[in-house]
Amino acid sequence: MSSAVVVAEKGNSLWDDAVARLKKNRLAVFSLCLLAFELVICLLTPWIAPYGFEVQDLNNTLSGPSAAHWFGTDALGRDLFTRVLYGGRISIMVGLLASGVSVIVGVIYGAVAGFVGGKLDNLMMRAVDVLYALPFIFLVIILMVYFGRNIVLMFIALGLTQWLTMARITRGQVISLRQKEFVDAAHTMGVTGGTIVRRHLIPNALGPVIVYLTLTIPTVVLEEAFLSFLGLGVQAPMASWGTLIKDGVDVMEIAPWLLLFPAATLSLTLFCLNFLGDGLRDALDPKGAKD
Amino acid sequence: MGLGYLLKRLAIMVPVFFLVVTMVFFMIRFAPGGPFDGEKAVSPEILRNLNEKYHLNDPLLVQFGNYLKDLVRGDLGPSFKYANRTVNELIADSLPVSLELGVTALIWALLIGLVAGGLASMKPNTVWDYVPMSFSILGICLPTFVIGPLLVLVFGIWLEWLPVAGWDAPEDRILPSLTLGFAYAAFISRLTRGGLMEIRSQDFIRTARAKGLSEARILIVHSLRGGLLPVVSYLGPALAGIISGALVTETIFNIPGLGRFFIQSAVNRDYTVVMGTALLYFTLIFVCNFFVDIMYALLDPRVKYE
Amino acid sequence: MKLLSRSVFFAAALSLSLLSGCTCSRDAELAPGELYMGNGAEPKDLDPHITTGIPEHHIQQNIFEALVSVDPKTLAPVPGVAESWTLAKDGRTYTFKLRADAKWSNGDPVVAQDFVYAWTRLLKPETASEYAYQGYYIVGGKDYNTGKSKEPKLGVEAVDDRTLKVTLVNPTPFFLGLLYHHSLYPVHRKTIEAHGAKWTRPENIVTNGAFRVSRWETNKIITLVPNEHYWDRANVKLKAVHFLPIENLDTEEKMFRSGKLHVTNEVPLEKLPSWQKDTTGVYQSAPYLGTYFYWINTKKKPLDDKRVRKALNLAFDREQLVKHVTKGGQLPGNVFVPPGTGGLQVKPMLPTDLSRVAEAKKLLAEAGYPDGKGMPPLEILYNTHEGHKKIAEALQQMWKTNLGVNVTLFNQEWKVYLDSMRQMQFHLGRQGWIGDYNDPNTFLDLLVSDNGNNRSGFKSAKYDALIEQAGKEHNAAKRLAIFQQAEEMLADELPVIPMYIYTRNYLKRNDVKGWYPNVQDFHPLKYVYIEEEVKK
Repeated sequence: MSSAVVVAEKGNSLWDDAVARLKKNRLAVFSLCLLAFELVICLLTPWIAPYGFEVQDLNNTLSGPSAAHWFGTDALGRDLFTRVLYGGRISIMVGLLASGVSVIVGVIYGAVAGFVGGKLDNLMMRAVDVLYALPFIFLVIILMVYFGRNIVLMFIALGLTQWLTMARITRGQVISLRQKEFVDAAHTMGVTGGTIVRRHLIPNALGPVIVYLTLTIPTVVLEEAFLSFLGLGVQAPMASWGTLIKDGVDVMEIAPWLLLFPAATLSLTLFCLNFLGDGLRDALDPKGAKD
Repeated sequence: MGLGYLLKRLAIMVPVFFLVVTMVFFMIRFAPGGPFDGEKAVSPEILRNLNEKYHLNDPLLVQFGNYLKDLVRGDLGPSFKYANRTVNELIADSLPVSLELGVTALIWALLIGLVAGGLASMKPNTVWDYVPMSFSILGICLPTFVIGPLLVLVFGIWLEWLPVAGWDAPEDRILPSLTLGFAYAAFISRLTRGGLMEIRSQDFIRTARAKGLSEARILIVHSLRGGLLPVVSYLGPALAGIISGALVTETIFNIPGLGRFFIQSAVNRDYTVVMGTALLYFTLIFVCNFFVDIMYALLDPRVKYE
Repeated sequence: MKLLSRSVFFAAALSLSLLSGCTCSRDAELAPGELYMGNGAEPKDLDPHITTGIPEHHIQQNIFEALVSVDPKTLAPVPGVAESWTLAKDGRTYTFKLRADAKWSNGDPVVAQDFVYAWTRLLKPETASEYAYQGYYIVGGKDYNTGKSKEPKLGVEAVDDRTLKVTLVNPTPFFLGLLYHHSLYPVHRKTIEAHGAKWTRPENIVTNGAFRVSRWETNKIITLVPNEHYWDRANVKLKAVHFLPIENLDTEEKMFRSGKLHVTNEVPLEKLPSWQKDTTGVYQSAPYLGTYFYWINTKKKPLDDKRVRKALNLAFDREQLVKHVTKGGQLPGNVFVPPGTGGLQVKPMLPTDLSRVAEAKKLLAEAGYPDGKGMPPLEILYNTHEGHKKIAEALQQMWKTNLGVNVTLFNQEWKVYLDSMRQMQFHLGRQGWIGDYNDPNTFLDLLVSDNGNNRSGFKSAKYDALIEQAGKEHNAAKRLAIFQQAEEMLADELPVIPMYIYTRNYLKRNDVKGWYPNVQDFHPLKYVYIEEEVKK
C-alpha cells in the first residue's frame, strides 16, 4: 500500500521527509560536518599549508613525523602534510566530478534501457558491452592526442569507465521495479513514461545507486593515479592522494608514514562518505518513512 | 524467457563482435608509437625491413582484411613483442592460470562479501553493521597495490608462513587470491547490504515479519533473492574483470597470468595481442552479462525478457 | 537456504586448505648446485638476431658461444669458438682459426660456414634484425641489409671448415669486442630451416654454448642445463640455471630475502639505502657502461642559445643528485662518455666549486634572461617512471633556486614519449644510453648529424669529421685524443646534459662464486658455481 501513498504525495515531500530523517541520523550528520570541514581546509590550502608542495630539502629526506613535519617528509625531503593537503584538492575534485559524470550518464542510460526494454534495451546494453571491451589505455592516449592534456579530459576518461557498471545496476533495478504494482498503478492513471521514470523508478532505484556511488568515488580517486601513468592527471611535483599512496607503497618498509597518512586520510574521507551515503539511502527510501 | 531469447541473444553477438573487432583494430593504430619503437631507435631501413616482415607496410584496410580472414579461422596472429609465440599460444598458456586465480578470488569475495553484507543488513546501525562495513571501506581504500605488498610483508617476510611469490605449490595460491578477492569482497558486501536493506522494507517482508518469522529465516528465504539484484548486476563485469584484470596481483606475485598482457601489450603496441585480449575480454563480458540477465529472471520471477 | 549452506561448506573447505598450506615449510629449499636468477622482463625471443634486450642477452651469452669471448675479470678478448686469430697489416682483415672440438648441443661440429650463415642471416632484410647494423662493419653488410645489393656479397668467407676470413670496411679497433654481442653469435642452420620462427622453442633449439635450454614457460621460467657436447664441459659446474622473469623489483627483492633467488636483476630504488648499509656482503654495485642524460632541443627557444644551455648545465649539483636522488652509488655525470670506456678517461671540464652557479647566472643574464626573468617556460619530458620523475623534480628545484628559471614537468606513456622525442616536441628530454661495446664510439657516435637517435637537432660537420677520423685511426693513443676532442666539443655546444654514469645494483648470495663485477655486466655462468658449505 505504501507505494501507492508515495504516488499520491507531492513530489517535494519526499525530499522534505528525507532531510528530516537525515538530521536524525547523528553519524551521518557528523560525517557531513567532517566532510565539510575537509572541503574548507582543502579550499584554503594555499594559505594554510606550512610549506610549498614542491619545496625540497635534500638533507632531510624520509624523516619521520615531527613537530616541524607532522606527517614526516618524503624521498626528496618534501613535507608530506602539505602534500596531503594539496593532494586532497585534486582527489576530492576528481572523486566528486568523475563519479558525478558516471552517475548522471549511468543512471539515465540504465533507467531508459530498463524501462523501455525490448529491442532498445538489448541495443543499449550491447553498446555497453562494446564499450567495456575497448582498451582503456588506447582510449585515453587517443583522447590525449586529439584534445591535448586538460583536466576536463581526465574527468571524462574516468567517468567513461565508471558509468558502464552504474548503467547496468540501474537497469537491473528498473527492470525489477517496472513490474511492480505502483508502476502499473501509475500507468493506469495515465502518467507518461518519462514521468514514471523520473518520479518513481529513479527514486526507487536510488538506494543501490548511492551505494555504488560511494564505491565509485574511491575507485576514481585511485584510478586517477593510473591516469598519471599515461600522462593525464596531475603532473609532478603536484601529487594527489592516489599518487601519494602509490608512492607510499614502495617505501612501506622504510618510511611507513608515507603510506599511512595518505591512506588514512583517504579512508577517513571514505568512512564519512559511506556513513553519509547510508544515511541518505535510508532517508531517501520511500518506504522507510512509514516504519 | 525461452529458447528464442537465448538464440536471439547469441545471434546478436556476431555483429556486435564484428563491431568490436573493427573499432579496436582502427583505434589502436591511431595511437602514437609503433611496436618497434625502443630506447634505441632503429634506422629507417631496418624499420622498413621490420614492417615488411610483419606486413605493417600494407594499406590499413588490407591489413584489416587479412586480420579478419585469419580471425575467421581462429588465428589471432603472431605477437610482435614475443617473436616466437602466437597470440593463440599466449592466451592458451595464460588463460587457465587467470581462470584459477580469478575463480578462487571470486569465491573468497562472495564468501566474505555476502556474509558480511548479510550480517550488516540484519542489524543495521549496530556493531554487527559497523565492523564489517568498516572493513569493507578499508578494502576499497586499500587497493590491490597496497593490500598485496602488505600481505606479502606480513605473511611472507615477517611471519614466514606463506611464499612471497610464485605459482607452483598450492600454498602459492592463497595470498594472490586473497589480495585479488579483497577489493571485490568489499564491493559485494556493500552492495549486498544495500540491496537487502532495500528489500527488507518492502511489503512482503513486513508481512513475513508480522507472521513472526525469524530474521535469519526472512533473510534467507525471502530477501536474498530480490536483494541480490545489484550484486548480480555487478558480478557480470566483475567476473570478466577479475579474470582479465589481475595485472597488479599478477605482477606483485609474479603469476604467469593473462592480466599482464592487457596493459603490457598496449604499452608495447603489440597490436595483435591487444586485439586478442580485447576480443577475449569482450567475449567474457558478453557471456557474463548474459548469465547475469538470466540470473535476474531466476531471482526475480517478475522479470521477463521477450 | 541451499546457497548459504553451500557457502558454509566452501568456507570450511577453503580454511582447511589454508591451514594445510601453512604447515608447508616456507623456505623453499633450492635444488643444490642449481642457480636461480631474477631476470627482469620476459624474453622477447632467444634468437640472437631478433632480440634487442638485456634479459635476453643474459640467457643468450650462456647458450651461445661467440667467435671470440671476453674475460669476465678484465674484459680482454679470450678464445671462444676461435682458438686463435690474426689481423692482416691493413688492419681490416681478420683470419680466425676455429677449435676442432667446438660442437652444437646436438653433437654437430661448429664450422666456419655456420658463421657465414649466421652473419648473412643477420643482414638479410627479411630477417628484419634490429641489430643488423652490427654487421655494417663487414664489407658489403650495409648494402645487403638496406637492399642496395640483392645478393649478399659479404666480407665473410669460410676458407675451410675451421678457417674464417673476415674483411671489414674500416679498421675497427673494437671489432673483437663486438664479437661477443649477441647479434654476431653463430646459429644452427638446419634447425632454423626446419622450424622457422619457432626454432628457439625449447623442444627445437640447438645452441653451441656451455648451456642449452631445457624448459621455457612464458612469464614463468627458463631453465638451462649444461650442454653435454660443449668442448669445455668438464669445467661447467652448475647443474642447472633458472632464469625467472620478475618485472616487479619489489617482488624480486622479497623473493631474494625469502631465499628463492641467488641473484637479483636489480634493487628497488627505495631499498638502495638500506641495502647499502647491509654488512653481509650481498649488495653488489658495479660501474656500468651507460650514461643518463638530458637531450636539449637546440631548435626551440630559448634553448637555441648556447649560453642558456650552458647555464642549465652549470646550475645544478650532480653530487647531490647521485647522493640523494638516484642513491645507487652512480658517478656524477661530469662527462658524456663513462670514465674508462675503451681506455678513455675524459678530463672533466666542469668547475667543481660553487663558482659554477655564478657563472651560470652570468651566462643567463648575457642571454637576456637575468635571474630567469623573461625566459620562456621550459618543460622536462620523461616517460613514466619513478626514478625519472625524482630526477626531474630535483632538477626543477635546483634550476629554480639557482637560476630563477621555471621548469615544468611532463610525463608520457613510453611509446608516446618516444614519438614526441622523435618529432622533437620537447625542450628537455631524458635518455639512458647503454654502450653496445666497450669503446667511446658507441657513445659519441650518437651525436653525429645523421644518427637516427640524435634528438638534439645538433649538426656539426666538424664533429662528424672527428668521429669519422676516429673510425679510421690505427693508433690507440691518437684515437683517444680524437675522442677527447669530440667530448670537448660537446661540452661547448651542449646538445646533451649528462646527469650520471650508471651503476648496476643487484643482490647476490655469498655462496655464488666465480662471478666477477665488470662494466659490461658480463657474467658467463660457465665459471660460476655455488659453494655448498657456506650456506646461511
